[in-house]
Amino acid sequence: MVDAPTIDREGVSPDVAAFFRRYAALTALIVLLAFNFAVTPHFASWQTLNVNLTQVATIVIVSVGMTLVIATGGIDLSVGSLMAISGAIAPMIFLSSFGRSYPALGDALAFIVPVGVAGLFGLFNGWFITRFQVQPIVGTLVMFIAGRGIGQVLTNGNLQAFKNPTFQFIGLGRIFGVPCQVVIMLALVAAAAWTLRSTLFGRQVLSVGGNERAARLSGVPVAAVKRWVYAISGLCAGIAGLVVVSINSSSDANLVGLGMELDAIAAVAVGGTPFTGGQATVVGTLIGALLIQLVRYTLLANGVPDAAALVVKGAIIAGAVWSQQRSRSA
Amino acid sequence: MSAATANTATSSRRISLAWAARQRVMITLVLLILFGALRYDHFLGAYNVLSVLRYNSMFALTSLGMCFVIMGAGIDLSVGTTAAFASVVSALLSPYGLFPGLLGGLAAGLLVGVINGFMVTRMNIQPFIATLSGMLAASGSGLLLAQNQSVSVSYYTNFTWLGQGDLLGFPAPAWIAALAYVYGSVLLNYTSFGRYVLSVGGNEEAARLMGLPVDRVKFLTYVQSGVFAGLAGVILASQFGAGQPAEGVGWELFSIAAVVVGGTLLTGGVGSVATTLAGVLLLGLIFNVLNFENGLGWISLSAYWQSVVRGVFLMVVVMASSGSARRAIRSA
Amino acid sequence: MADPLLVMGDINKRFQGVQALSAATLEVDPGEIMALVGQNGAGKSTMIKVLTGAYRRDSGSILFAGQPSDFTSPQAAQRGGISTIYQEINLVPFRSVAENVFLGREHRRYGLLDWSRMNTEAAELLRRFAVAIDVRRPLIEFSTAIQQMVAIARAVSFKAQLVIMDEPTSSLDEREVAVLFDVMRRLRAEGVAVIFVGHRLDELYRVCDRVTVMRDGRTVMVSPMADIGKLNLIAAMLGRDLETARAHSTGFSAAQAAAGEVVLSAEGLRIGRKVRDARVEVRERQIVGLTGLLGSGRTEVARAIFGADPPDAGTIEISGRPVLPQEPAEAIALGVAYCSEDRKADGIVPDMSVRENMTLGILPRLTSMGIVDEARQREIVDKFMKRLAIKASSAEQKIRELSGGNQQKVLLARWLCTDPKLLILDEPTRGIDVGAKVEIQALIRELADQGLGVLMISSELEEITEGADRVFVLSDGRTVADLSHAEASASAIIAAMAHGDAEALAEAGHG
Repeated sequence: MVDAPTIDREGVSPDVAAFFRRYAALTALIVLLAFNFAVTPHFASWQTLNVNLTQVATIVIVSVGMTLVIATGGIDLSVGSLMAISGAIAPMIFLSSFGRSYPALGDALAFIVPVGVAGLFGLFNGWFITRFQVQPIVGTLVMFIAGRGIGQVLTNGNLQAFKNPTFQFIGLGRIFGVPCQVVIMLALVAAAAWTLRSTLFGRQVLSVGGNERAARLSGVPVAAVKRWVYAISGLCAGIAGLVVVSINSSSDANLVGLGMELDAIAAVAVGGTPFTGGQATVVGTLIGALLIQLVRYTLLANGVPDAAALVVKGAIIAGAVWSQQRSRSA
Repeated sequence: MSAATANTATSSRRISLAWAARQRVMITLVLLILFGALRYDHFLGAYNVLSVLRYNSMFALTSLGMCFVIMGAGIDLSVGTTAAFASVVSALLSPYGLFPGLLGGLAAGLLVGVINGFMVTRMNIQPFIATLSGMLAASGSGLLLAQNQSVSVSYYTNFTWLGQGDLLGFPAPAWIAALAYVYGSVLLNYTSFGRYVLSVGGNEEAARLMGLPVDRVKFLTYVQSGVFAGLAGVILASQFGAGQPAEGVGWELFSIAAVVVGGTLLTGGVGSVATTLAGVLLLGLIFNVLNFENGLGWISLSAYWQSVVRGVFLMVVVMASSGSARRAIRSA
Repeated sequence: MADPLLVMGDINKRFQGVQALSAATLEVDPGEIMALVGQNGAGKSTMIKVLTGAYRRDSGSILFAGQPSDFTSPQAAQRGGISTIYQEINLVPFRSVAENVFLGREHRRYGLLDWSRMNTEAAELLRRFAVAIDVRRPLIEFSTAIQQMVAIARAVSFKAQLVIMDEPTSSLDEREVAVLFDVMRRLRAEGVAVIFVGHRLDELYRVCDRVTVMRDGRTVMVSPMADIGKLNLIAAMLGRDLETARAHSTGFSAAQAAAGEVVLSAEGLRIGRKVRDARVEVRERQIVGLTGLLGSGRTEVARAIFGADPPDAGTIEISGRPVLPQEPAEAIALGVAYCSEDRKADGIVPDMSVRENMTLGILPRLTSMGIVDEARQREIVDKFMKRLAIKASSAEQKIRELSGGNQQKVLLARWLCTDPKLLILDEPTRGIDVGAKVEIQALIRELADQGLGVLMISSELEEITEGADRVFVLSDGRTVADLSHAEASASAIIAAMAHGDAEALAEAGHG
């Protein structure tokens, strides 16, 4: 039975307010930067930039994968736990007797294996969700719970402290003066943005999120696409895990990546990628993460306790999503 | 004219998947208890039973609140940090007595619940995002109030009885949780509100068309969840002697897992308070069993295995219920 | 003669540029069963929604039980004595039967719900309809027929004077339909009026007293069921005068070339409940029409051939090779294309551009080393935009901003891009303005002439009679007629839809 007859749309005329709402995050970022330049002491320095970028890099790396997952209309709660696993495996490799005897090989493996394992767990998420038609929240909840446990079991909950300059380059090193993780962050953002824009896979991801039924009827391999995005999310989490333990010169499976999934989701939300899928902006996610970070920094630098920043962060997330929803239905 | 009796073949084929899931969790719980009782000395001993009950009453409370929210097809990520926030508030008020501490904690939970409910029903923000914001806000507020450290509870009043005391041989927190579950069960089965929650979660459009106050029902599930989380926070503070603003991490996901393992569908519309309790006990007992197993020396599984086991449990439950869900839908 | 229970007069309703109802009327007497019929878009559902308050009418009057009525919501209408039973059972599946009956007005004792009283009363209520079930079990455990009874019982327990049933038989089997009709007769005996919105004419003839026919937003006929034959009823629904020949009104011209090899041959298709024994055959350079009334199974047949919903039984051959695609991707690889009926649900990816939507099906072919060749993509898009005269500000415009006709053209282009052997079109000109309709129809002919085999599903008779070289008529899931272009007159097709057998066809054949 048919409802109201199909309505022919002539076209939607842009609204100035809607324009600003769409670019809300960027606008807010610019405003906040301006504010800081004016008010916060010592803001305009390389060091400040450095500190902020370094702190945000890990979140962005994870958020890139999360953006892709959300673009298909899904969500990945397991990223923090996957970071813990990856962060736990790496030292186990280069601190082992094998690793000590063959340091070059050990270090190389310490990069490849943890990321690969995290990617495999991500693939598991994707398989689980598609094979059993499970909601992504529940599907990735399994790895959220079990994953950290796996990391803890591997290390027996012990802290692994180390000093391995080669390996730790990923977190402490610099490339042309820019911290390595920031380079990785920018590379991933660029790669993901390009993928979404120009590759077959990227367009298929967006079509799955945009209208899964239509995508399937057009021959898009929906289940495979979904499996891949979760695998990629796992890979990103793996990389982020390595960065974190490098910075800390230690790996504590109890703590690595704790709360990271929510930070990533927040960055994606604030950045403007809708949770219904079909549209994604990786650059937006970057801006979202920067905005959240900058808010935190602004508050801290101006004497507001860190805890208050949490409250503000919550308000920003709610506000961002609410305003995007309004602009979308306008 | 022949009476149109239900086609018993079809209906027995179409066993409600939630019913099947419910039996599953009860059976598993009973089996686990039997296993533990047979295998370990003192498993059913007073000390073990009471300490398991005492410790898990906090999670029981947050899971109860979560159960109603999920039955209404929502989700509440803030239960953990709300409990932490409430623990701080109640610890701060504990010097004034048991009731001020209790009421303070409940009020803190109520506040978070109201804000969550408002965001979901009035601002139309998806529950996941709305309660994510609530979670951050609660956490921040707790840390602010406590100035980033634990807040000691006053021992000059009888506030600590709530968490550490006993009544007729059973821990006070267990009594509180038990009362809460009785209330929850009555609420679900014998009041309109409970039925409306299930209807809204089961088919929101139909519920609206039937004239049910959909928004009000959803709002109240969040408020209630907040209050229960607040209560959990009060018990946290009084049991451990301090309000802990940094606690509560992962409680929400434990609660979700307990609810889902118990057979309540994450999509809403089906659920039971009793099985949520079973889910809490099941997940909680896994920890207990692992400890005993280690004690026996056959294996030395660290406590960290509990997360793995819980995760696997959830996975198996989800796999099983998705299978029966699809079968039920296909035969409809 | 008793006063009518319901009088809807001169109802107008407009939705953003489309006139859904034009001076439509509807009258129902107390204790009668009134059939309300019409094809898709005729206005029946809009009329019902205006009556129950889901929509506000633009103008016109409604008198119910002697009082002017202006319900603001379906709940208000319910309280006022008009209950609606929707096609999708709008009850809560996991709640018990008794609960569903009483939802919103539960009985209480000492403040708590009185289950025993509700259970007893619900059982009582259902027994009045000769339904004896355990009302404590969840609703979903019962068959759709029983669920519908529960919905009716609920409706009636609100002291309804008028019960509107929207396609109540669509998921019922023979036995269950009989039960439903008994219930309807009981209601009638108790003085309750029923509006039966449906499309299975045989059923309407069995149980209804009168029929109101709507078409294009107007009420075109009201008659006692006994006074009108099926053929004339269908003719009124479709707007065809059985006798007069119409001047050429579509964009279809005669076929330019003779049909070639068989590209599609499907036999004995059985799909779920809807399709019981369908067959269809398409050759190169041929437009084959597949038609039938609403619910006859046309889309199901198309989706089965396309691998979207594989059939339970039957054979499909593409260019002589037996195939059974399990996924659309497989069918596409075999050279089959399917342009679906519901643009919004199955067709467009709303936030993507015209270019993206158009090339979605061939994206892998435009890709080398994972990267989409945008230059080639743009070339193809430009070519088709010109060829199909797609009106958009540019290829980058978001498809949801285009008019229905242009969206349909983009989707058509999507499938043409895949260079198929067989093109299945499901209601290709639905919801499109006249100009675009003619364009698309002419285009379809052109494509066929160039070698394509086209299977065109349509409920518009002109499209079938003028455009199809061969016509298969489906009725209740069976292929009941296989007509050549010469044989496929409107009356023959209608006769096939109505009776589905050879005799009637022979009778009406020479219209």
